[in-house]
Amino acid sequence: MSTTKEPKLNFNSAWDLAPAPEDTKHISLKKQYDLFINGEFVKPNSKKYFATYNPATEEKIADVAEADEKDVDKAVKAARSAFGKWSKLTGKERGKYIYRIARLMQERAREFAVIETMDGGKSIRESRDIDVPLAANHFFYYAGWADKLEYAFPNKNPKPLGIAGQIIPWNFPLLMAAWKIAPALAAGNTVVLKPAETTPLTALKLAELIRDSGLPNGVVNIITGAGKTGAAIVNHPDINKIAFTGSTDVGKLIQRSVSGTDKKLTLELGGKAANIIFDDAPLDQAVEGIINGIFFNQGHVCCAGSRLFVQESVADLVIRKLKDRMQTLRVGDPMDKNTDIGAINSKEQLGKINDYIKIGKDEGAEMYQSTCVIPKKGYFCRPTIFLNATQSHRIVQEEIFGPVLTIQTFRTIEEVIEKANNIPYGLSAGVWTDKGSKIFNLTTKLKAGVIWANTYNKFDPTSPFGGYKESGFGREGGLHGLSAYLDM
Amino acid sequence: MAKTIIPDFRKTPTVDQVGIEERVARFTTRSIKKASKMEGLKMVLSMIDLTTLEGKDTEGKVKQMCYKAAHLHDVIPGLPTVAAVCVYPSMVKTAKAALKGTNIKVASVSTAFPSGQSTPEIKILDTKFAVENGADEIDMVISRGEFLSGNYNFVFEEIAAIKEACGKARLKVIFETGELSTLDNVRKISDLAMYAGADFIKTSTGKISPAATMPVTLVMLEAIRDYYYATGRMVGMKPAGGISTSKLAMQYLIMVNETLGAAWLSSEWFRFGASSLANDVLMQIAKETHGVYQSSDYFSKD
Repeated sequence: MSTTKEPKLNFNSAWDLAPAPEDTKHISLKKQYDLFINGEFVKPNSKKYFATYNPATEEKIADVAEADEKDVDKAVKAARSAFGKWSKLTGKERGKYIYRIARLMQERAREFAVIETMDGGKSIRESRDIDVPLAANHFFYYAGWADKLEYAFPNKNPKPLGIAGQIIPWNFPLLMAAWKIAPALAAGNTVVLKPAETTPLTALKLAELIRDSGLPNGVVNIITGAGKTGAAIVNHPDINKIAFTGSTDVGKLIQRSVSGTDKKLTLELGGKAANIIFDDAPLDQAVEGIINGIFFNQGHVCCAGSRLFVQESVADLVIRKLKDRMQTLRVGDPMDKNTDIGAINSKEQLGKINDYIKIGKDEGAEMYQSTCVIPKKGYFCRPTIFLNATQSHRIVQEEIFGPVLTIQTFRTIEEVIEKANNIPYGLSAGVWTDKGSKIFNLTTKLKAGVIWANTYNKFDPTSPFGGYKESGFGREGGLHGLSAYLDM
Repeated sequence: MAKTIIPDFRKTPTVDQVGIEERVARFTTRSIKKASKMEGLKMVLSMIDLTTLEGKDTEGKVKQMCYKAAHLHDVIPGLPTVAAVCVYPSMVKTAKAALKGTNIKVASVSTAFPSGQSTPEIKILDTKFAVENGADEIDMVISRGEFLSGNYNFVFEEIAAIKEACGKARLKVIFETGELSTLDNVRKISDLAMYAGADFIKTSTGKISPAATMPVTLVMLEAIRDYYYATGRMVGMKPAGGISTSKLAMQYLIMVNETLGAAWLSSEWFRFGASSLANDVLMQIAKETHGVYQSSDYFSKD
């Protein structure tokens, strides 16, 4: 009666959740956005605009200005003329402005969350619970440092660098803007920031917020455009520091461009993190960590736990649990409060992910996808894992930046350390074990900037974040993140 | 029962409390609306073990509760009945008679409920008395003192002996998780009880705080899942005590659905041990039906 031949769980319940879409009527979006320079929105010299789309519906949301070299120069000039006064303000006064930005962001959190989801495709659950609150927290955190620089770096006489040129990616548009702007302002620098071309809207809403906050004109300038605009920022002679988050290829180009100049540089680039599960780990929670590691933000996370290493003695068990858990993930309308995995950020990125899935199959790894139904319109990808992957597979070596996990097994601790480090990247790693001594042993041997133990993808403004090797250099967050914007 | 190899319970999987709490937080953010809400509310009603376990229980009180169990809110047609009523052994006969002609089961606590501080002989007698009076289900308590002092064999054999005394009655094993202190212990006793023959595992007596919590229930659901994969036998789950709002009850259902799947979403495999939950659910159902909330005076308190 209660026994069946082959135990199998059915997660396609008759009790299905009705759609629960987040209300979008409360947001205000313009049809067209100009460049935010010197405290006001100005038309671009280029006279060109490009469209930004909702990746879940493929519909156009707004047109955004494309900044050319002259526009960049205008923004840098505004930042330069604001720098004198801003850097001479007392730390306490600077802190007040940054606090005000943080509080305004909390007040408008709902609007930011909805626009972040519309423009980038991530689920409203994530933008509401993670991106926006964390962005506000970064402003709060660095606001607190503004009047304590002497105490943070005693006897070092910390001074601002000047103008920071900041280029941010499309995976966490608002959060990355906060990571960049908050420490720069706290240290007394002025800013020219360029968001990614596919996700400019929350940065432009941040520009509106900054204007409303009464921050002196020119202290923060936000200009939009694609690679050419970014290059114009990197190559502008009057910029003192470049902070870039994005792909390793572009990072290398930037490093070449600034070599031989006085510009300071921090790069936060790609990753291919090892997430390591030992047989003594709390396995159900480790499975949750695998899910959060690779499917958070559709896998568009530089520190995503994209390479899973499972000890052989528990591999079958972990994979069974992982498959069951994947079956319960809800993929679809990012605006639905019950959606776990939203839309892939762009058509181009979806194409790249699908290419890698094909490569994985051709290489002979065994693919498994959850059987969820994905919407016909929009850019979506089922959660995907590849079993029996090896170090020699391209899907193991290269960053896919999508919801695709490779699974390898290991026997000994030496073996897994060697394999985990056997990669050009070194941004992050995860370790799952019940044994504290094992955690400390691994954290000293894994070449990764961030290592999570019995958790994954945890971020906090007080904690430095950054990589080794081709994952870049410099740290963001914490005191380390502050020092990157100071001349000491 | 098919032959099952009894595992070494010292090797029971470990549980990470932080991870469990994070997973639970995800369940609680699920948004249940419209048709799925109504369906969920009715499901909650049908899974309730309506309970009275007090020193001051009388036949009159039990009869009144039994009527309520079968007639939750006759003003709204089409509502299910609760799954069972849960009473002390001395009230089983009364409850059984009062529920004649319904499909509602009679569950009886036993084994010197709630402390379990008695001899094995008395516990077996207690159980047999309830079964002979017509109990369909037995809710036993484990010997927490023996468990905490590491006498797993004692606890295992006690459960097995009570299971035998149950005959055809289904056995629910109460862990009193509020006294077990760690989630690792909850996981260990879950495995032990299922291998010893439990048909249901249950969190609490309702006499100790904390009673049922979502983290504890999740650990038990995960144990049920692993046991099911290992043996092919389904075991039921009953959180009891402290679940008094329909919102919380629905979050439990989400948790069951996403941990064990559709097969467990029925009163055969999932129960709520509760006394005041039913009226809160009825209030929500009335609100969904009429569009406005009604005062608690419109819902009978038996």
